[in-house]
Amino acid sequence: MQSKRTRKKLGREKLQGIIELCKPVEERSLDPFLIDIDEVISIIREYFPEWKLPEDLCLDAETVHHLASVIKLQSEWVKHRSTSLYTDPFLLEEKLTRVSKEEIVEIFLKAWHPTVELEQISLHSLAEATRYWKGLLPLDERWKAISPEKIETGLATREELIRQRILRDKTFSEELENFWQGLKKMVEEKSENGKIRYWDFVGAETYEETVHRAFMTSFLVTYGYATLEIYPLEEENFIKPYEKPVTKIGKKQLVSIPIAITVEDWTKWKRGELK
Amino acid sequence: MSRRKAYYANKIKRAAHLLFYRRHRKPGAKGWELRKALGSDYPKVLKILDKYLKALDLQVKMVFEEAKPAEKPTLEELDKARFYITLRGELTSKEPKMIGWRIDDLAGLAITIAYVISKKGKTSRKEVEELLRDKLPGWKVGLNIDRYIHYGYLTQDENEQLYLDWRVRAEVDQKTLIDLLLSTEA
Repeated sequence: MQSKRTRKKLGREKLQGIIELCKPVEERSLDPFLIDIDEVISIIREYFPEWKLPEDLCLDAETVHHLASVIKLQSEWVKHRSTSLYTDPFLLEEKLTRVSKEEIVEIFLKAWHPTVELEQISLHSLAEATRYWKGLLPLDERWKAISPEKIETGLATREELIRQRILRDKTFSEELENFWQGLKKMVEEKSENGKIRYWDFVGAETYEETVHRAFMTSFLVTYGYATLEIYPLEEENFIKPYEKPVTKIGKKQLVSIPIAITVEDWTKWKRGELK
Repeated sequence: MSRRKAYYANKIKRAAHLLFYRRHRKPGAKGWELRKALGSDYPKVLKILDKYLKALDLQVKMVFEEAKPAEKPTLEELDKARFYITLRGELTSKEPKMIGWRIDDLAGLAITIAYVISKKGKTSRKEVEELLRDKLPGWKVGLNIDRYIHYGYLTQDENEQLYLDWRVRAEVDQKTLIDLLLSTEA
């Protein structure tokens, strides 16, 4: 017979598996009907009496939440299929690629009834304008107030502009590329599994530099140079560089992950108390 | 003119002003605005206005916030609905140019709307761009989609997903569009 501990472990794995199964459905990359809801509910119900710890109860709640999203998608699918607007998307796509510009315009004109609207000045805007006019100083008074300083014009060098922070010495893409190389190098040197703890990468001598590194890291992830691995239960975040930039837009639903970079966290990291 | 007729003639004028002249970001007026301006019998006033507009090939179009109710709409649903003046019939193939639409741009709009409908009302901008690039020059594709968004035909979220917006609900008979498209021999 299974010990209680083994059973709990198995239960956690099963719930985690259900969550992993639900995620692609939620991201619309899998058919929601691939999930057997009755079976999944029976698994959740079977292990529910085992959960005593808050983490386990949270995992249970998370599973139910994901399952509810799948059920919602199933219901949307049924609703859409039952409407008169339902058509086979492949058939429609096929038609759209074949139809000529002239034909599609002919068709569209039969279904298009543009709105009729007139733009005009309203009583309200007239009243506003009158108020503005009343408060407006005469031109000679306004021009008196503006006496621009006489400034000698001259030439500025690129270095001067960089010093004045009008120009940057590198373009942003160059800076990002260097930052990515830096991440890859650091991962090669300090890690064996191709990833590095988030704070070990963004943490720097000064708080300002740390914030700058966190800012650049967010672009590395957004532009597909690296990815974040988040382990919420362990409260550990890793950053993993890609060998080549990956384009994610359009393939997957992107999510935003806020990571706070507070002075307290930075101080803790400096003291070695933050992983 | 009887008192009753004068009463309605006055209300119809007021309704026409409210619906034709644009006062907000979107044209038309909400049901509650019309009720406030015309009184609780505003649905009747709009019905008479619609009858007048028929001769001009125009109509009062009612667009509900959610799906069109199966039965007679309740007062609450009417209050939340938006009313527009739209063309009743169809434009001829030469007329879009007259109202500022080039054939390419209009074809792009039609393709985009039909494609989003086929994707259950939501699709990624990238997919639409690829589809349009087949028949429109690349530099124009992005500009056109932005224009459709600006006009209120489409809306886009932070994940670059496109959805149909208020102007499609007000102006396009989606069922007719899809039916006609499917029945083409192309």
